[in-house]
Amino acid sequence: MQIQDAGGQLTSRTTYRLADLADYLARLVLPFLGALVLTTVVLLTVDVAPLDAYRILLFGAFSTPIRFGDMVMLASPLILCAGGLTLTFAAGLYNLGIEGQVVLGAIAAMIPLRLFPDLPPPLLWMISFAFGAAGGMIWALLAASLRLGAGVNEIFAGLGLNFLASGIALYLILGPWRREGSASSSGTALLPRELWLPTVGSLRLAPLAPIIALVSLVIVWWVLSRMRWGLEVRAVGLNGAAADRLGVPAVKRMAQAMAGCGLLAGLAGTLQVLGVFHQLIPNISSGVGLIGLLVVLLVLARPIWVLPVAVVFATFTVGSVQLPLTLGIDSSIAGVLQGALVLAALVSRGLMQRRRRA
Amino acid sequence: MRQPPVRFIALLILFALLLGACGTTPAAQPTAAPAPEATGAPPVAPTDAPAEPTAEATQPTEPPAATEAPTEEEFVFGMILVGPTNDGGWNQAHFAAAEYAQARLPGSRFIYIDKVNPADRPNVQVEQAIEELINQGAKFVITNSAEFADGTKLAAEAHPDVYFLHASGDAVLTGSAPSNLTNLMGRMEYGKMMAGCAAALQSDAGKLAYLGPLIDPETRRLVNSTYLGAKYCWENYRDQPADSLDFKVTWIGFWFNIPGVTLDPTRVATDFINEGNDVIISGIDTTEGLVEANKASAAGRTVWAVPYDYEDACAQGEDVCLGVPYFNWGPRYTEILGDAMEGRFESQWEWIGPDWNDINNPDTSMIGFIKGAGLTPENGALLDDFISKLADGSLNLFTGPLNFQDGTVFVADGEVADDLAVWNTPQLLEGIEGQSAP
Repeated sequence: MQIQDAGGQLTSRTTYRLADLADYLARLVLPFLGALVLTTVVLLTVDVAPLDAYRILLFGAFSTPIRFGDMVMLASPLILCAGGLTLTFAAGLYNLGIEGQVVLGAIAAMIPLRLFPDLPPPLLWMISFAFGAAGGMIWALLAASLRLGAGVNEIFAGLGLNFLASGIALYLILGPWRREGSASSSGTALLPRELWLPTVGSLRLAPLAPIIALVSLVIVWWVLSRMRWGLEVRAVGLNGAAADRLGVPAVKRMAQAMAGCGLLAGLAGTLQVLGVFHQLIPNISSGVGLIGLLVVLLVLARPIWVLPVAVVFATFTVGSVQLPLTLGIDSSIAGVLQGALVLAALVSRGLMQRRRRA
Repeated sequence: MRQPPVRFIALLILFALLLGACGTTPAAQPTAAPAPEATGAPPVAPTDAPAEPTAEATQPTEPPAATEAPTEEEFVFGMILVGPTNDGGWNQAHFAAAEYAQARLPGSRFIYIDKVNPADRPNVQVEQAIEELINQGAKFVITNSAEFADGTKLAAEAHPDVYFLHASGDAVLTGSAPSNLTNLMGRMEYGKMMAGCAAALQSDAGKLAYLGPLIDPETRRLVNSTYLGAKYCWENYRDQPADSLDFKVTWIGFWFNIPGVTLDPTRVATDFINEGNDVIISGIDTTEGLVEANKASAAGRTVWAVPYDYEDACAQGEDVCLGVPYFNWGPRYTEILGDAMEGRFESQWEWIGPDWNDINNPDTSMIGFIKGAGLTPENGALLDDFISKLADGSLNLFTGPLNFQDGTVFVADGEVADDLAVWNTPQLLEGIEGQSAP
């Protein structure tokens, strides 16, 4: 199905623009309605007024500056991950190893912080981001080389590398990087305060995080839709063998797409360390890679849509924290809504596909 | 260049998310059926049960404060719990204590967020959870895990108008706490000595196993206390040489099971049993040690267990339970909260022992030990004798000579370790098998 989507964009950009827009909207609105119905049923079965729950899920994150800041700090790594995944998606690759790439990015970002804590913080942050990006990229290239060199499907290579990455993180946390005098899987010692990314007032919002995320997303959009490189990546995604025959270095483009995605995931991991947790914890990715995959299943290879969808997903998650306190329901209802959205999107996409074929 | 279908990917991801979601529940599962009569509260099966209904349910037990309540402002106090409120251990003890305090403080209302840990709530940090409680009107916030030390301090600095109590912490002791933060901990060392004694009295094989959480000064001093209690009773009541007592600790890495991150306590407990240990002493928040001992016992083996933290913990395996050392936070919480309601808050580091007149007095004793059905009456009598020696001060187990695992001296011959030395215990004692992480 995604073959036709991408193909439509490639060949008939101008002719079908209006129809495309209607199509996009239908694809966004229908899943949303479907997901609302599904979630409403869940809410009704646990005896909660759905409107109250939706008010909190949709607007709760905007109710106070603190919550808004938390939403931005969740949306930023999510945008990086989802943006990166549009690259691999365009290349026809399924980078399920993104969680591991976030973790490796976080681990790599910790290295300069531990080695040179006395450097001036801005310089140290730059080195840390560079290390994080490199860490994520290397991990992604590992998955890519398993796919391209050894013929291991990148899905399974990625999943395997995810386990390996969290294993390394755990080893470091319980071993060489543990807090002095203790061994706890709760995490390494907090970074010194001067190494935390600067925040706005008393909020946890570090402005650098959304800036990095948005700039990265713009670059992804640019290379994917305005550069020849992006065109070639799409061509590889459509039909690698054909693209190869037409002179596109398919293997190279696939590896580059993976590397690009890993780089962005590594930046996300660095943000988690410098801006969110200020330490290395076993679950340092806090699932942003997985949520990023959900976002990409909704937006496919269209980076522009990453921003709104990632913000909506982050809004659900941050808003849901209030649910147990105010309505007495578990905050995992946000996960239900996110999952239902993706499910409904896949179903409606499948139905449209069938209609088109008929 | 095949393209795996999107549906397959979606299924995989949903599966992974489901795995993640399921992965976090087992911590609560083995303990999902606490005895409701214990707290006097209605059964709180869903761990995210709303605060309001329980508040309403306990209100009838309060004296009618109708004359003052309408004019007085409601005092909301909140609690951040690291695990589920029904874990049959550490968190349930805190939860019960908060309900105890609410019932005794007219005009107070208790709200909480539980399962605040990176496995159950990956995107929620302690400060964020505290923020939600304050948004709901909390004027006093209790945080209940050593893991919350940094977050509690940050939140206290950000909210100088809210009082904070960090249970088990020592920020006040180390001088790093702001003035609106206080620390409280119970001298569980005594409870653990009783636990160790009960284990040594009842063990046939003289092989005791300690199911440890993560390694830090608190958990080290509790393991040491257990060992000292066991060693004393092994030598003095069983008349056995100390070196014939095996005492082993295995650390799982956190306070409770986090699949993929910690060792699985169920697995560790079964390993203990298969290695021939016949008493499992728990140091973790949940009750896997007792549950597994119970299973092994049903299968015909002789295995005992000593759970931890919560007075009703034995309920999940009465027959194999030798007893439980538990925290009773309620009375002191009530005093501290009551003082705060009247504007008298004091930032201090408190480390409170049992009420030696009656260690199980629910209204006075911070630390208690309830004997289990598995402990024979004869051993129960010996344990009582041991407790009476602790109570009258004639026996102080932190008396030298005591050496650390690496052979260095902890307490010299004839000397007694002071509070600070015990609180900051840097190593396990000589004679204990297991990692110290100095």
